[in-house]
Amino acid sequence: MCSGRVDLSFVLRAFLDGMDGVFIGGCRLNECNYDTHGNYHALNMVLLGKKILEYIGLNPNRLRIEFMSSADGILFAEVMNDFGSTVKKLGPLGRSEGIDENELKTKLEEITKLVPYIKMVKKEKLAARPGNPKAYDEFYTSDEIDQLFREVISYYIDPGKCQACMICAKRCPVEAIISVKNQIHVIDQEKCIKCGTCLEVCPPRFDAVAKISGEPVPTSIPEEERTIER
Amino acid sequence: MTYTEVDSVVGEAGNFKATLIKKPKYIDESKCTGCTTCVEYCPVKYPDPYNQEISQNKAIHVYFSQAIPLVTYIDESCLYLKDKKCTICQAVCKNGAIDFNQMPERVEVTVGAIVLSPGFEPFDPKLRGDYGYGKFENVVTSLDYERLLSATGPYDGEILRASDRRHPHKIAWIQCVGSRQVIPGGNSYCSAVCCTYAQKQVILTKDHDAEAECTIFHNDIRSYNKDFERFYQRAENLPGVRFIRSYVSIGREIPDSKNVTLRYATPDAGVKEEEFEMVVLSVGLNPPAEAKSLAETFGIELNAHGFCKTNPVNPLETSRRGIFISGSFQGPVDIPESVFTASGAGSQSGQLLNYRRGKLSQERLYPPERNVSGEEPRIGVFVCHCGANIGRVINVPSTVEYALTLPNVVYAQEQLFSCATNSAKQITDMTKEKGLNRVVIAACSPRTLEPLFRDTLREAGINQYFSEMANIREHCSWVHSKEKEAATQKAKDIVRMSVARARHLEPLQEFVLPVDKAVLVVGGGLAGLTSALSMANQGHEIYVVEKDSDLGGMARRIHYTLEGQDVQAYLRDVVRKVYQHPRIHVYTDAVITEATGYIGNFATKVKSEGRITEIKHGAVILATGAEEYKPTEYLYGTDDRVMTHLELEELIATDDERVVQAQSLVMIQCVGSRQEDRNYCSRVCCRQSIKNALKLKAINPQLDIYILFRDMRTYGFQEDYYREAAGQDVKFIRYEPQDKPQVEAVKADGRQVLRVTVTDPILGKKLEIDADLLSLGAAVIPSAGSQEATRLFKVTENPDGFFKEAHVKLKPVDFSVEGIYLCGMAHYPKHIPETISQAYAAAGRALTVLSQDTVVASGSVCTVNERRCIGCGACVTACTYDAIQFQETRQGKKAVVNPVLCKGDGLCNAKCPTGAISLKHFTDEAFLSQIDAAKE
Repeated sequence: MCSGRVDLSFVLRAFLDGMDGVFIGGCRLNECNYDTHGNYHALNMVLLGKKILEYIGLNPNRLRIEFMSSADGILFAEVMNDFGSTVKKLGPLGRSEGIDENELKTKLEEITKLVPYIKMVKKEKLAARPGNPKAYDEFYTSDEIDQLFREVISYYIDPGKCQACMICAKRCPVEAIISVKNQIHVIDQEKCIKCGTCLEVCPPRFDAVAKISGEPVPTSIPEEERTIER
Repeated sequence: MTYTEVDSVVGEAGNFKATLIKKPKYIDESKCTGCTTCVEYCPVKYPDPYNQEISQNKAIHVYFSQAIPLVTYIDESCLYLKDKKCTICQAVCKNGAIDFNQMPERVEVTVGAIVLSPGFEPFDPKLRGDYGYGKFENVVTSLDYERLLSATGPYDGEILRASDRRHPHKIAWIQCVGSRQVIPGGNSYCSAVCCTYAQKQVILTKDHDAEAECTIFHNDIRSYNKDFERFYQRAENLPGVRFIRSYVSIGREIPDSKNVTLRYATPDAGVKEEEFEMVVLSVGLNPPAEAKSLAETFGIELNAHGFCKTNPVNPLETSRRGIFISGSFQGPVDIPESVFTASGAGSQSGQLLNYRRGKLSQERLYPPERNVSGEEPRIGVFVCHCGANIGRVINVPSTVEYALTLPNVVYAQEQLFSCATNSAKQITDMTKEKGLNRVVIAACSPRTLEPLFRDTLREAGINQYFSEMANIREHCSWVHSKEKEAATQKAKDIVRMSVARARHLEPLQEFVLPVDKAVLVVGGGLAGLTSALSMANQGHEIYVVEKDSDLGGMARRIHYTLEGQDVQAYLRDVVRKVYQHPRIHVYTDAVITEATGYIGNFATKVKSEGRITEIKHGAVILATGAEEYKPTEYLYGTDDRVMTHLELEELIATDDERVVQAQSLVMIQCVGSRQEDRNYCSRVCCRQSIKNALKLKAINPQLDIYILFRDMRTYGFQEDYYREAAGQDVKFIRYEPQDKPQVEAVKADGRQVLRVTVTDPILGKKLEIDADLLSLGAAVIPSAGSQEATRLFKVTENPDGFFKEAHVKLKPVDFSVEGIYLCGMAHYPKHIPETISQAYAAAGRALTVLSQDTVVASGSVCTVNERRCIGCGACVTACTYDAIQFQETRQGKKAVVNPVLCKGDGLCNAKCPTGAISLKHFTDEAFLSQIDAAKE
């Protein structure tokens, strides 16, 4: 397993669990033993994670990544001592930043739910290698993150168009579409990961799935009214 | 068979009969658990030989804390054995393991080959009373000091003085004690390892006590091995560390403090006397104490120094057929050489006995695997003391007690060394007895011992992936040794997290793949050819790929060795054998265009003579050699009287007029080596310079030869030739890197000469030498072929561009990529005998794969939940190994993993938006529960 295996959701979960800091250690950059250079993947994820912390209102220094080899024992001790004192100085998570405990929890949970969406939207960028160490801070910009969360999209099945063909339900990777034969399908927004597969596979002649951005999703049609009269 | 001696050996290669004497341990090994209660009660205390007689041991004892087998034995100091008194141990042993009726046992074994690895004996300075050793309490040998530094040493890792049990802060090391001496009782050779081990001791001393003042009194610093130059710099740059180039004599012991004074001289300050709190003698390596009797028993010859006499073109072969050696019985060598000579001796034994390979082997059988899928997790936790490594800091019993409170934990216990054979058996037994289906070992890093514990679970009839290691040593006790309570708390946290993860572990199956028995050897130099012949003689098809039009590599430019062997004749013989061997296929003028595959199943495309051939093979040996640096210094390339040592050798070999006529010749060492852009020692140039100097003196005794050097690195037996050269009036002048020699072409006394100006540090003034010829000890640099091989076979190189082995000391011919091995100069500059040993080693390592019909690939690979895959391709982009492909299904395109190509890095897992692809054994669920468990 490589440091690049560390998932954004692991980092968020640690903060959600109340950890005051998260440290990720990887091998030295450009010295990958396996030619995968997966530590750059970890670095990329951390740069994104730091901006997300900022977006929430948390100090980005609570998340840190460092690269060293097994021969860097002294460096490791120095880095850990330094990170320890940094986190101590920053104080307890949220409280020190003036965020209410419940509000922080809600925010972190919301963003955790959006991890699949973030991975999808930022697919190309997450696969890129952050090159210049001086520009790491700007690899993801604050504007970019604001936009990412401002323009969160949702998918909605138009009850007037859905023919209950069940294709979207079969293809939904997370089984978020409530589908019963002869009943208008409904997306369970709690389960939906916003991958857009439903939109992609809905037969064009029905064109029942809509992509919504920047406005609330219409409330779904009540269960008793879903039966299609053919 | 430990505590056993060889009494006699009869027979011949392929059929030896050895008579062994198994000495009585007075312990029934099958009953002893290594609990050491008997040791506690034994009344006999005497100085412990393992700890250099600094601390005490008992008549009944375990030899050392990681001994295998970890059981006690009783030695001659026992009261009962002396006069039938005592037997306390018998009374306290709960297992009835003590058996005073044991007698020496004669065992006869029939073997085909013999490998002698008797090691060496440290030089004993007591015999001559060197530097007050044996008289002054605070003068110790480097081995005494090594034990003082060790956690299992006499004072549990504290460095204490014998006189007052206080920490010394001012310590001196004296190098070359017993080595490089032609006086009676000394060894004329260089012991080859002391420079670097002394530097290691300095670094460790500074780790123990950052304020310590360390002084090394040395002659030449011989950091000739891979990465040693950097290690030397690391030691030298530590604050409070001094390296002083001076002979030393002992002064006196100061009566009150028991400090010791040393007298030494420096060019600036003249003779000085300085006081030290402790003096460490860097003692050299003697032949093994029993070398003479070994030679008699085995019918082998020894050399003039008392080490084993070996074949110059096969340093692993003794004078008796079928008997090989490994390690420092061939002379002083470091750990990597010890390890690769062992692999090499293995390969040669295999060559000898190939005709009956596998006839005696038995397949290891494991009990059938219990299906636990319907069961609730039943977790067992084993907390290891690691001797004192963990137990001294962490409260192990309280950690065990805590583990028992965790959900699903049904059993927990402590162990002295979980890795010891008896402890592993205990884990197996308890797993069966308590019906465990997950096992957490709270001990050290999984890096070394995870395979052992997985095997332990297999023995217990449980899938091996049900084991989990909680690292409470490296991650806890070693780094928090001063905060015992907090460390215990952290150990509990780590155990809790591991238990949380263990709940999510699933049984995994490993892949069994067939092995192609052919081998690809890249590089047709001496290294590649030697390994090719060794493997071909063991029945394998070998494909040798050489980029040049002829075989031989760098050896083609070497005419003779320091010891006088004719390299060209030897090389011709090797090349002839290669061409005549029915199983070796040679491709010259060849380029590798593509390399794919994995251990056991590689496919490589080779372009030679305009044709591309695809070769299927199970292993690869990379022996791509090295090149000679083309100097830009000292008028090289602009004045044809300036040449490299190899070019000079060519002139000597061809009786060139210029060499015969020359009146004066200068050699400059370290040209292009040991400098910022090439921060390593090229290792071979000192020996080359001596070799050429002796040849030149033989041709023309009147020739004036000057060798300008930084440190003469004629390690091991080469030292004798260095001395011989000095005896023949070859002049050695040391120069400092910041004051390099200057060379200009001038006319003096009507003669066109190269005027070399150098500062003589002893005379303290500039010397001008007018030379007819100038020979440069040019660096050895990595070859272009190595770079190419690095790219094609996805292996790694070190910062200097030489191949990076899997572990410098312990896996010196393996790459971290399985199935690919290395040897020769592509690894690091080395001499011909060293290259040959390493080539046999690479062959030996490759044979460990080739001798099997199958290889096993890890079960921890990625897998796709097709239902969840949306075909976005994020995983395909993340994979370096082309292990993920798309497949069209009725539900659209879906990712599919080829588990054989997957290396289990899990990058795809972190990229997948839907959680469709997951890395088995390291799943999201397992990690998230581990993270959640951290907060409790």
